[in-house]
Amino acid sequence: MATSPRQRAQFSRGVQYAVLAVLLLVIVLTADWGTLKDQFFNGEILPQLFPTIFTTALKNTVLYTACAFVFGLLLGLGLALMRLSSVGPYRWLATTFIEFFRGVPALIVFIGFYYGLPVAFPGRVLPGGTLGVVTVALGLVGAAYMAETIRAGIQAVPKGQMEAARSLGMRHSRAMLSIVIPQAFRIILPPLTNELILLTKDSSLVYVIGLSLADSELTDFGRRNLSQFVNLTPLFAVALSYLIITVPLSIVVRRMEARAERAR
Amino acid sequence: MSETDIDRSAHAIDVQELHKYFGENQVLKGIDFEVDAGQVVCVIGPSGSGKSTLLRCVNRLEEPTSGKIFVEGVEVTDPDVDLDLLRSRIGMVFQQFNLFPHLTVMDNLTIAQTKVKKRRKDEAVQIARSNLEKVGLANREDAYPAHLSGGQQQRIAIARALSMSPDLMLFDEPTSALDPELVGDVLGVMKDLAKEGMTMMVVTHEMGFAREVGDKLVFMDGGVIVEQGDPVEVLADPREQRTQAFLSKVL
Repeated sequence: MATSPRQRAQFSRGVQYAVLAVLLLVIVLTADWGTLKDQFFNGEILPQLFPTIFTTALKNTVLYTACAFVFGLLLGLGLALMRLSSVGPYRWLATTFIEFFRGVPALIVFIGFYYGLPVAFPGRVLPGGTLGVVTVALGLVGAAYMAETIRAGIQAVPKGQMEAARSLGMRHSRAMLSIVIPQAFRIILPPLTNELILLTKDSSLVYVIGLSLADSELTDFGRRNLSQFVNLTPLFAVALSYLIITVPLSIVVRRMEARAERAR
Repeated sequence: MSETDIDRSAHAIDVQELHKYFGENQVLKGIDFEVDAGQVVCVIGPSGSGKSTLLRCVNRLEEPTSGKIFVEGVEVTDPDVDLDLLRSRIGMVFQQFNLFPHLTVMDNLTIAQTKVKKRRKDEAVQIARSNLEKVGLANREDAYPAHLSGGQQQRIAIARALSMSPDLMLFDEPTSALDPELVGDVLGVMKDLAKEGMTMMVVTHEMGFAREVGDKLVFMDGGVIVEQGDPVEVLADPREQRTQAFLSKVL
């Protein structure tokens, strides 16, 4: 059979569509739609989740993430500057911190701060209750990741910027603050937003410390209602609630990356 | 250093027995060199001759290995010198412009005035405007550097340096990164500055500018000053063979 490359490509694409169509058909015909709807979109359970799923669970997830992100960002900036310091011990301290908290599971850090700290120092607890624990534990882990991103951003600012600032008589710290860091943050806005998405998901780990109803965030809320209703609907609703936060953020990141690409 | 240490009757720039190593590589091999107040001194030479390094040692963007440099009688190479105060009196213009891309033209011109010179905002803006007018870009104060041509960016960079009211100006190959048709505007601004009596040290490949505007021409090669003198004489009748060889290639 004599075929041109174009005909072969058409044929190949045709086969791919055919396979897809057959798969879909099999799923549609064999799936137990009644059970699926009952388990994932249960019309009786769904309304009972509102408004708590938004007013408490989603709100707490956003609150925990935001606090941890701000704390992590500030600490990460400090660590990045330490990494770039001309004073050796600062560099070693920062590197040790970063390697430790990047290498250890966030879950261990949560357990350590909530259960471990009171064991090690009886009578001492972190201020701020649940929010305090999440901010510190998640913030420390986030800081370790963000520090490396921020350091890379600072190093990506052309050397001439620092030289120009210094030649105008600015102190090193002033030049960093007014000239280099603002430009570094523009460069790292996309990876930092990705870090925010990761933190949003990692905030779910707080469930291990056992939350009161008022402190409950999305994952904890999903688990509670899963066992209460013995049905997947709450968990599925919670999963979609995460997407309310993360999908817009991903879109923002993609836009920023596209714009950076065009500006190049 | 305080204002009282500044001796404006001394050489504007006085370089004595300057050596500079980058690792094992010696780029300046004992430079002696002066610029007097109001003079325009052009430094020419092949790439790698050390001319940019010499210029960058004057405000200590490069750390000299040995030797002394004085600016208006104040020793730049003194470890205890107030480098920031010193640099605020020495305007510097870079080959790559180095405007601050995240700031508008006006903010580029005022940030060091307010943060370093502690001028009031309105005073800084006024000084910035008069310097923008001087470089012919009075209408661009709200633009960002990315929206300007290379020639415009370099003129803004000159205005930024001038806004610090410097006693002298250093130019590090100010036209080398420009498209040929944009070079003229920048050289024009520099000529006007020279006419006003600004002390200028200019590392350049623009022989025409050196001949027309320069009071002294310095030819460097291999980390030493090979020849210096009146620009017209040096360009027309170089004494040293290395100068002749270089000029025959570029003229």
